Amino acid sequence: MAKQKKSPVDRRGFLRGVAGAAALAAQVPSAVAQVRAVSAPDSSAAEAPSNARPGSDFMLDVIKSLGFEYIFAMPGSSFAGFHESVLNYGGNKNPEYITCMHEESSVAMANGYFKIEGKPIMVCAHGTVGLQHAAMAIYDAFCDHVPVYILLGNTLDATRRPGEVGWVHSVQDAAAMVRDITKWDDTPVSLPHFAESAIRAYKIAMTPPMMPVVLVADTEMQDQSMPPGTDTRIPKLSLSSPPAGDSAAVEEVAKLLVAAENPVIVASRAARTPAGLKLIVELAETLQAGVVDQHRRLNFPTRHPLSQNLRTQGKPAIVPAAWNTDVILGLESSDFYATIRQAKQRGNVKAISINSGDLYSKSNYQNFQRYAEADLSIAADAEATLPALIETCKRLITADRKRAFEARGAKLAEAHRNAMEKTRADAAYGWDASPISTSRLSAELWEQLKNEDWSLVTEGFWIREWPLRLWNFDKHYQYIGGAGGEGVGYTAPAAVGAAIANKKHGRLSVAIQPDGDLMVANGVLWTAAHHRVPLLMVMHNNRAYHQEVMGLQGLANRRQRGVDNIGIGTKIYDPFIDYSKLAQSMGVQAEGPLSDPKDLSAAIRRGIDVVKRGEPYLIDTLTQPR
Amino acid sequence: MSKLVAVFVLLGAVLMGQNNAAPPGNAENGKRLFLQKGCYECHGTVGQGGTGPRLAPRPLALPALMAYIRQPAAAMPPYSNKILPDSEVADIRAYLASIPEPPPVKNIPLLNQ
Repeated sequence: MAKQKKSPVDRRGFLRGVAGAAALAAQVPSAVAQVRAVSAPDSSAAEAPSNARPGSDFMLDVIKSLGFEYIFAMPGSSFAGFHESVLNYGGNKNPEYITCMHEESSVAMANGYFKIEGKPIMVCAHGTVGLQHAAMAIYDAFCDHVPVYILLGNTLDATRRPGEVGWVHSVQDAAAMVRDITKWDDTPVSLPHFAESAIRAYKIAMTPPMMPVVLVADTEMQDQSMPPGTDTRIPKLSLSSPPAGDSAAVEEVAKLLVAAENPVIVASRAARTPAGLKLIVELAETLQAGVVDQHRRLNFPTRHPLSQNLRTQGKPAIVPAAWNTDVILGLESSDFYATIRQAKQRGNVKAISINSGDLYSKSNYQNFQRYAEADLSIAADAEATLPALIETCKRLITADRKRAFEARGAKLAEAHRNAMEKTRADAAYGWDASPISTSRLSAELWEQLKNEDWSLVTEGFWIREWPLRLWNFDKHYQYIGGAGGEGVGYTAPAAVGAAIANKKHGRLSVAIQPDGDLMVANGVLWTAAHHRVPLLMVMHNNRAYHQEVMGLQGLANRRQRGVDNIGIGTKIYDPFIDYSKLAQSMGVQAEGPLSDPKDLSAAIRRGIDVVKRGEPYLIDTLTQPR
Repeated sequence: MSKLVAVFVLLGAVLMGQNNAAPPGNAENGKRLFLQKGCYECHGTVGQGGTGPRLAPRPLALPALMAYIRQPAAAMPPYSNKILPDSEVADIRAYLASIPEPPPVKNIPLLNQ
């Protein structure tokens, strides 16, 4: 966030500010006018009003050609020219400006939006302080293979920087600080260059493995009138088809799968689109193979008889040795080493990986995990490879194998049913407890969502995956996974971004929101209220950074020092935070805190009523730690 | 303690826990300790389970519970006698034993949908 420093306002800057703000003087608060004045370059003459098109209008033409629905941004003077073009030249439509209160939120919102809509969102930020704020969320998107299209404002020309603030907000190489965690960046030096790089950036971001990209828009290029004769052609966007696996390797994978007695398909970020989920179902049904969904996306219906997730009791990261698996097929597995480790120790297990991550690696950040000793590894996009793999499997299946598959499928379906019964029995423990058990919270929500067109826009990890164990997920948009980089502060903004995407489809977005995460970026509550984002936010308020509580407690015990002090720095108390008042202060209707599970049903009903009217609603619920 | 010995201790203790002898320990103090000593962080306030396994109702017999707490497996940190004396373990076990059975699943409509 750019803070305006109280520096003297020079006369030329003041004049420019007055000139620029004159037409709005009646409506614009004086503080805003002063901000404009401070933003003026102290080495230039005041610019007279002009009807000539500023460069930022053309930049917007280029951006519009890419079909962005929204811009998520907190305002900043280094991209004010572009901002003004969006509002007044572009009519604030496609893209529409969504006001964010932190650049980290802007990027995380873009992350959540993409996972629902399958299209990237544009984020604008200062090239310096804004990008510094945004960095964690960019890392989340980088790890999570989510494209975010980031436009940074920056003033390269040292003689055009407006005063002290202008200098501290300028940088030689704006994208440098995130180059390790983005896929591509550029700093165009002309408008035609901007056009070409803007189209290229989109294409690169959208080619698997998808990742964030950065484009730097020079403030002078935004603000100055377009020189006569400027080439305003906008290059055609030609998206690359996703890379599919080599046919010989696919044939080999199919042979292994068809011959396997007990194969398991493990999917993590495999279903990029709704079609991906259907393809994984088709592969599983073709082979009658069990599927473990590691839930970085929704890859497989939770109540499908071949789903084996319930047998992992909410911990789907590992294929257990006890399953006697002979072939493991990893589809875009985020940690294939851990996935196959136990099963491999039993020996005689073939591990196959299809992963687009193998096509693009960087060195500095270690999100690539331990080296997995796969027996067959295909560097390709899993979703794009599945059609050929399915067809090859179908071709290789004999009548004998088909009979064996049917018998296997029946056993897996029985295991799924048994696991479902056990899951329900487990959910009953602590049913009437206060604080409210996370299984009760999830079951109460499901009761009122099951007949709606719903979308869970937060991850299940923090509540023992109870929604994924108890609810019937069968549509891709019903789940968005978590933060790829496991950064705290992702959940709330990603939920708001996902809810914005769900809005036009009329879906009921629901977030089960951890308390510590909300406090990192609670400004998204205001964004949700201001932009009328229909989102039911139910707090998982355990009044702690609970993951750290457990970690510190374990450490203190191993050191023989006891747990008496572990709440210091890890628990959120003295005072407790009243999340309903916090939400209300930002215009979000809210209630709570609730600690009696018997109060949940009516509260959820009230919340859904408000959300169906197109507004956000927050229920503060005091919950068990997990 | 070797793993084999530990298994026998646990098995024996579980069997012992099935007789009807009144177990030692103060349940009320055990509840206080269960919360104060952070047991609930992983196991839930009524021992229903969380990141750690379910402990109640029907907890392990005291010798097995004691043995496990002193030398746990998996991710659980050890609670030594210095941090959690034997008498406090007994109180905690008494609390866990006092927790009633949950309602049968068939009686919970929300879990049958």
